Amino acid sequence: MQGSRHLLWIYRAYVVIFFLYLVSPLLAAGVFAFNDSMFPSLPWQGFTLDWFFSSEGPKLGLFHDDRLLQGLGNSFYIGVIVAALSVAAGTCNAFLFERKQFPFKGALYVLMVVPLVIPGVILGISILVFASMVANFADQQFGLFLTWLRPGIPLVVLGQFSFLTTITSLVIAARLQKFDISLEEAALNLGASRLRVLLTVTLPFLVPALFSAFVVAFLVSFENFNTTLMLVGSDAPLTVTMYDRMVKAGSTPVLNAVSVVLMLGSGGLALLSVLAQRPRKAG
Amino acid sequence: MSRDAGRLSLILLFMPFVLWIGLLIILPQLGIGYYSLREKVGFNQFEFGLKNYVDFIGEPVYRNTLLRTAWMSILVTILALIAGFPVAYYIAKIAKERSRAALFLMCLIPLWVSDLVRAYGWIVLLRETGVISTALVKMGIIGQPVEMLYNDITVVMGLVYTVILFMIVPLVSTLQGMDDALLEAGYNLGGSRLTVFRRIIVPYAMPGIVSGCIITFMLTAGSYLTPILLGGKNSSWFTEQIYNQFITRYNWESGSAFGVSLLVFTSFVVWAGLRLTGQSLATTVAKD
Repeated sequence: MQGSRHLLWIYRAYVVIFFLYLVSPLLAAGVFAFNDSMFPSLPWQGFTLDWFFSSEGPKLGLFHDDRLLQGLGNSFYIGVIVAALSVAAGTCNAFLFERKQFPFKGALYVLMVVPLVIPGVILGISILVFASMVANFADQQFGLFLTWLRPGIPLVVLGQFSFLTTITSLVIAARLQKFDISLEEAALNLGASRLRVLLTVTLPFLVPALFSAFVVAFLVSFENFNTTLMLVGSDAPLTVTMYDRMVKAGSTPVLNAVSVVLMLGSGGLALLSVLAQRPRKAG
Repeated sequence: MSRDAGRLSLILLFMPFVLWIGLLIILPQLGIGYYSLREKVGFNQFEFGLKNYVDFIGEPVYRNTLLRTAWMSILVTILALIAGFPVAYYIAKIAKERSRAALFLMCLIPLWVSDLVRAYGWIVLLRETGVISTALVKMGIIGQPVEMLYNDITVVMGLVYTVILFMIVPLVSTLQGMDDALLEAGYNLGGSRLTVFRRIIVPYAMPGIVSGCIITFMLTAGSYLTPILLGGKNSSWFTEQIYNQFITRYNWESGSAFGVSLLVFTSFVVWAGLRLTGQSLATTVAKD
């Protein structure tokens, strides 16, 4: 048994090292937002909040940097719209695949999953190409200028919607599968209309899943880069703004400050969605 | 309840699905397929043909970039499986009930952090003026700062980091369903640790392994940020070529041909993987 003891310790050590590997870049990105230096690197020059709140250069803080704030606003705006749309479509898909019988159901189900395995860059370019084909056609045939089909926020929304809907559909369908159909039958027997049953029995049961699908969609949208990069116009969301800054201006601790805000925001939201999925004590 | 109402609700539920899959997935894919077959012969004049693909195969730079992306993605997938399996097994089977949930959540934390932040964290750690290099110089282990970015090892390491969670999550959920009695039976029948692993654990975890590998491979092959930020301008990653054709050179025809090639290539690898292991897309990827 001595050998197996040692093995277990080696095994534990491996798991610990693995978690260190997971955490170290996040820690590095986070800690140096508070370093009183022009560069995100050692030596440690003392603690400061300048990279968040300083209102003038050279250490222009995140909350006074108009372009970064604009990016944050755009990301938020895009995220809320995309999350709402994909939760709505995901709910329809969940009911379609859990409740209805129709021909080619298996094949259509695979089709529903496919957007998850198409690389994001390709989703981006294909939607860019298709949208501009439609826009060109409308222009040539009818003299219509459909500016929303040119790179910009509407296209970013469509691009992110195209794969987020798969995620929301799967999340909501998983919850709907657990629903006890006899509850609906009982309500129907008691004389409730279909619509009333949906609004008072089925949808309340789905609320936790709807909420966490919304949060997940919002987060993935907020962090998405690949699809967004191909479709972005002049109103860049935060990830694209940060990337531009990184490539063109080099890295300053203000990018670490952005990272801290992103990590705190997404960590908090993720926690919320986990809590929402957790069964209530009484239930 | 009349049948008409049932049909009506079926049609209503079908509408969003058809619009979504039709307008945002199928038609756009056909769109890049169509673009990739166009040849520019003059201003706003096009002919149909395979010239874009012929150019693609004829130009070693492009061809090699695709091959390099493919084999590095396969390498990353294998490494993620090897590194991730023990962790997934630990979370699912060895950890105590209470620490299990905490460990699993810890695994998920980086998942919620943008690719960009993760790559940026690695840059802060690994570049010449970065944390590790400076610390090593301070400790006197190395004489002068070293650049640890912009090489293939760092790119592979960074890619494994980005995708390993997508390997661990399906593995944990499959392994959690495994009854410990299976393992005990294996040992009681005289199986060694290796035999039990090979004959019981791996076959049981197969759906999780396959779905983890598919997601990991697709994410790696389609990744953009990590190879470019950690590998520098010469990372030769295929998605970068697509971006260059589309945005920098504004050559949508050849960019579309590149995109179709990547999609066909990755789909082929996934299909081959599914065939080899006898799994299907619906039972693996859709399970989570």
